[in-house]
Amino acid sequence: MSQTLTVALPRRATVVGFFQRYGVYLAIVIVLVVNLAVTPNFFTLDNVRVQLVQVVPVLIVALGMALAIGTEGIDLSVGASMALAAAVIPLYIGYGVVPAALIALACSLLIGLANGVMIAVIGVQPIVATLSLMVAGRGIALLVAGEQLRSVTDPGFLALGRGAIGPLPWSVLIAAVLVAIVAVLVSRTTFGKQLVALGGSRRAAELAGLPVRRILLVTYLLSAALAGVAGVIGTARLGASVPSTLGNLVELSAITAVVVGGTPLSGGQVRVIGTVAGALLLQLITATLVKHDVSDAYSQIAQAVIILLAVYIQRGRAVQR
Amino acid sequence: MTAIDPAAGPSTSAQVWRERLAGLAQTYGAAVVLVVLLVVGSIAFPAFPTASNLANIATQSSFLLIVGVGMTFVILTGGIDLSVGSQYALGGVLAAYGSAWGLGGGLLLPLVVCVVIGLVQGAIVAYGGLAPFIVTLAGLLGVRGLVLALTGGGSSTPLVTDPALSALGQGGVAGLRWPVFIALAAVLVGSVLLLRSRGGQAVLAVGGSESASVLMGLPVARVKLTVYTVSGVCAGLAGALTAAYTSSGVPTVGVGLELSAISAVVIGGTLLVGGRGNLVGTTAGVLLLTVIQNLINQVGSLTSSVQAVVSGGFLAVVVILQTVLARTQRL
Repeated sequence: MSQTLTVALPRRATVVGFFQRYGVYLAIVIVLVVNLAVTPNFFTLDNVRVQLVQVVPVLIVALGMALAIGTEGIDLSVGASMALAAAVIPLYIGYGVVPAALIALACSLLIGLANGVMIAVIGVQPIVATLSLMVAGRGIALLVAGEQLRSVTDPGFLALGRGAIGPLPWSVLIAAVLVAIVAVLVSRTTFGKQLVALGGSRRAAELAGLPVRRILLVTYLLSAALAGVAGVIGTARLGASVPSTLGNLVELSAITAVVVGGTPLSGGQVRVIGTVAGALLLQLITATLVKHDVSDAYSQIAQAVIILLAVYIQRGRAVQR
Repeated sequence: MTAIDPAAGPSTSAQVWRERLAGLAQTYGAAVVLVVLLVVGSIAFPAFPTASNLANIATQSSFLLIVGVGMTFVILTGGIDLSVGSQYALGGVLAAYGSAWGLGGGLLLPLVVCVVIGLVQGAIVAYGGLAPFIVTLAGLLGVRGLVLALTGGGSSTPLVTDPALSALGQGGVAGLRWPVFIALAAVLVGSVLLLRSRGGQAVLAVGGSESASVLMGLPVARVKLTVYTVSGVCAGLAGALTAAYTSSGVPTVGVGLELSAISAVVIGGTLLVGGRGNLVGTTAGVLLLTVIQNLINQVGSLTSSVQAVVSGGFLAVVVILQTVLARTQRL
């Protein structure tokens, strides 16, 4: 039956649909092939590792962003959550790696809680609610850190950012586990189904008796927690807590990764693997441009064009429906 | 907006008053808080109410206010323009380059380029049907890239060579610099257009209900195209005036300016969903942000982090109040 349906579809629609579904993977393949041809030493183990390690913070933040966007929301405060987590680390690293990391996560959860209460309980629009915390959160992080850069020298903590098991860096492993958890959360749990339903139609979700407020609250808590993890890993990689710059503009990269990965801004869908691919694609493009000494200026312009193209292709999907 | 909702049922006079009060608070809330802050600031800090300090506040506000005027128009249609910070920087850099051809070149070059950028973004939003957030996010990245490309990766800072252009930024009358008057003119012209012209009413209608506007036969696409162009012009003008004021086009200015502008517009009582708001509110919102910054500087021991916390917290309080008030009106 599904076969006849496919045949019955107009040809153009299938082509467009194919690009919508697999465009980001296709783009990754193209970038890889191009690099195979023009970039020496691109496919070395070292370079692959470097690329993976570099994509980790944006990727982890993008996972939470995908959830927020899935509810037809957005989370601009992720950079502030990262900064706050980073600011707290040097204060508590004396108690050990795990307690310090947990306290850092708890602090970023506070930002998520503030977002969640404003959005879910009071009903403020996500973009302004998280904008206010984006501004205030970084200020708080700077105050907590006493407005200075502090180096973190705990070897166990640094291993989190620089260590590896065999060929696999710890940070990449953590990111992989988080991707798996979020993927299962979205596709296999009640919460995931409710989140997608809420994003599809809030009114319908309310009428169906879904716990709309709780879903929204948990979504923004998750987004902040994931950003906190990214902040901890970023700090471990730098070997220093830099709340003034860590996570600056990460919200833009994360949103881009999510959208390029095929999750529509209008909510009702969360594509976790697409988000991973989106983050990887952006990283690969940046790396390619850097390796060929293309200036930052043109790589930003290239990113802008890619965002527009990705969203333009998706718009086709909305029209079909 | 909701007063004529037939589902609301008969309203008692107490309800009517509460609604009216909520509406007033939403429109004039920022202005009232501003007056309170000015009074408290004057009492607490003797250096605050001096003529030179107030003139300083006016100058600092003027650039953000010009950007805010354009942003208000965009937000009134239910859209958003994240590219203004980058366009502001571009405006400054181009004004400095253009000043080689005199005052005309220094003003025309940034304005023409920003008109083109605004038109492109507006066309993609209006005719391409893409979300304004994404289109202008791409604009934020792309235009900043353009600025970097023009200035050798942001390493060179072109200087304003034309004395007339510098005079436009630094000169003035009655202790106030020209940018202040230009900003006030922008508010005045914008308000008249918004409230008294067909196009301005169309902006409010599109933001109020886009589908209804289409059914009424309003040129929705043209309205959207226009507001993004206006926003681009405003950002470019503000950038050019900043360059005139500082005698140089600094390529790294304006990062995060879009967020300040959005904050000011929202604090001024303009709803982010569109259809409701005004430029007087935006003026109050901009002044509030600048006065908060100035007061924190007066304290002396406080830093820009405290300022960030206060500004962010203030925005949160305002949007929470707005949401609660809007709910009161709906009842």
